[in-house]
Amino acid sequence: MSNSSTSSRSALSQQWQEFWFYYSTNKTAVAGLIFLFAVVFMAIFADIISPHEPAEQYRQFAKLPPAWMDGGQMQFFLGTDYAGRDMWSRIIHGSRLSLIAGSIVVILSLSIGVLLGLISGYIGGWLEALIMRVMDTIMAVPGLLLALVLVAVLGPGLLNAMIAIAITYTPSFVRLTRASTLAEMNRDYVVASKMTGASPIRLMFVSILPNCMAPIIVQGTLSFSTAILDTAALGFLGMGAQAPTPEWGTLIAENRDLILNAPWTVTFPGIAILLAVLAINLVGDGLRDALDPKLKRS
Amino acid sequence: MLRFLINRLMLLVPVFFGVTLVSFGFIRVLPGDPVEVLAGERGVSAEKRVEILTNLGLDKPVWQQYLNYLNDVLHGDLGVSVKTNTPVLEEFFELFPATAELAICAIIFALIIGIPAGIIAALKRGTKIDQGIMGICLTGYSMPIFWWGLLLIILFSNTLNLTPVSGRLSFLFDIDPVTGFMLIDTLLSDEKGSFLNALHHLVLPMVVLGTIPLAVIARQTRSAMLEVLSEDYVRTARAKGLSTFRIVTIHALRNALITIVTVIGLQVATLLAGAILTETIFGWPGIGKWIIFSIFARDYYAVQGGLLLIAATIMIVNLIVDLLYGFINPRILHQKSK
Repeated sequence: MSNSSTSSRSALSQQWQEFWFYYSTNKTAVAGLIFLFAVVFMAIFADIISPHEPAEQYRQFAKLPPAWMDGGQMQFFLGTDYAGRDMWSRIIHGSRLSLIAGSIVVILSLSIGVLLGLISGYIGGWLEALIMRVMDTIMAVPGLLLALVLVAVLGPGLLNAMIAIAITYTPSFVRLTRASTLAEMNRDYVVASKMTGASPIRLMFVSILPNCMAPIIVQGTLSFSTAILDTAALGFLGMGAQAPTPEWGTLIAENRDLILNAPWTVTFPGIAILLAVLAINLVGDGLRDALDPKLKRS
Repeated sequence: MLRFLINRLMLLVPVFFGVTLVSFGFIRVLPGDPVEVLAGERGVSAEKRVEILTNLGLDKPVWQQYLNYLNDVLHGDLGVSVKTNTPVLEEFFELFPATAELAICAIIFALIIGIPAGIIAALKRGTKIDQGIMGICLTGYSMPIFWWGLLLIILFSNTLNLTPVSGRLSFLFDIDPVTGFMLIDTLLSDEKGSFLNALHHLVLPMVVLGTIPLAVIARQTRSAMLEVLSEDYVRTARAKGLSTFRIVTIHALRNALITIVTVIGLQVATLLAGAILTETIFGWPGIGKWIIFSIFARDYYAVQGGLLLIAATIMIVNLIVDLLYGFINPRILHQKSK
């Protein structure tokens, strides 16, 4: 018993080593991963790292430029907004919201999408037809528009924005999982498992699902980055996180009138979004290359 | 060919009904009372309320309301906008050319830069040039376009004073709408300088909207070209001593086109979603700005109709893309119709 568990553990660590071997050959993907860890670190320890409270208004220091520009002060490194709030602290706290929003969107859409995809691929019939037609309908409307309409129904707010975006991302996971499930269904190992009397639940989740995971993981990473972009876009349009919340898109929206006389209040939150999304996309590209067996050979 | 077309159309029918269900359901589940929205904030008497409900057909069972709605939709009646009192369909088609012009110019911009960039990256695979192009593309792909738009406004409109901040045309010009496409209309009119003015207004929104499609097209072109360049017929062409230019344009690009056309089809939804943000930033009087305005104004009929019409637009464009495949690659046509 203990023997088999150690051998499976070593098989797992060997798999991991192989994965890391392929992943680490891609230097930009490693750089993206390091930057992503830095952002996660920033988000977790936001209260300790940020020099000021994100909501604290230093009225006498309103619209202060960044430290390296004329009139800038070191204590407000990236400058302050119209109310004298420290941009750097607000951006740090914003990273928390963006990462949480991205994670929740991916967790929601991935778990629902994979479940529906497995069911429609494994069971088939009218259930499959129904699920796929519903997904086609969701995909017929541009994601951001559907999210906007859903938020109009649910009411503006970060949580509702996350739910709305998650709904628009579900179809891609359903389609991906269904396609992989259909491909795996007729493989020998699934048939063998069926012959030994495995239950449909066991077949779906223990036999088939682990072999469909590679594309799902890649899609999950890519959805994570677009989820951050869409959350910010909804925040920018005033349908996501609401004004005093230091969400990155909301920061840009609330300082939009200042682009003439205090451009840094718009520039830095945008750079934060861009870098975070870029890092995640680099990781996603690296994962795809490392997990895709077709590319491994070349 | 006809059979292929009919097959495709049959696939669209359930999706279209799905979208009508969504847009119908949207109004049912909205917070707020439609009667109050119609009658204004002051409220209405009980009799007036019943009258409005009967007029709108809201007193009937839900399934009957849906059938009525479907009947109206199929007869081209999408209701009347509460805020402007014009039929939604009319409003949509009045604004649609502005969005279409912006989207078409954006996709042309993306193609003109994206395809050559992808080809160069593929030909110089693994070099600094390839890495540079792909790095820029990934940055473009990761771009929050609403911020990108503001950044370009700061740079080109406020600092360099090169382009106007918003709108389609300066108020100095009075152009009769012929096609609704400002670039064509200004060319047709005899007002001097109006075409250049329209072009100036178009440049920044076009670049902003075209950024993500450009990145996607360049990446896809590169990978499609890499695949094609390793094919036997390209090696044969090389062995015959053809120039790289000829190999790329005559032999490789045509076969890589299928992937590129697919990408363009997939980008239509991205373009229309991006138009919402781009038009809001640049005050571009198109569908995107209109639908945002309608959502904020709680103009439910406009949002409902807009949702349906945008979905229909995407379906039609994707259908055209599917048909284009047939022309580019006859093999697809024959496979499908068997």
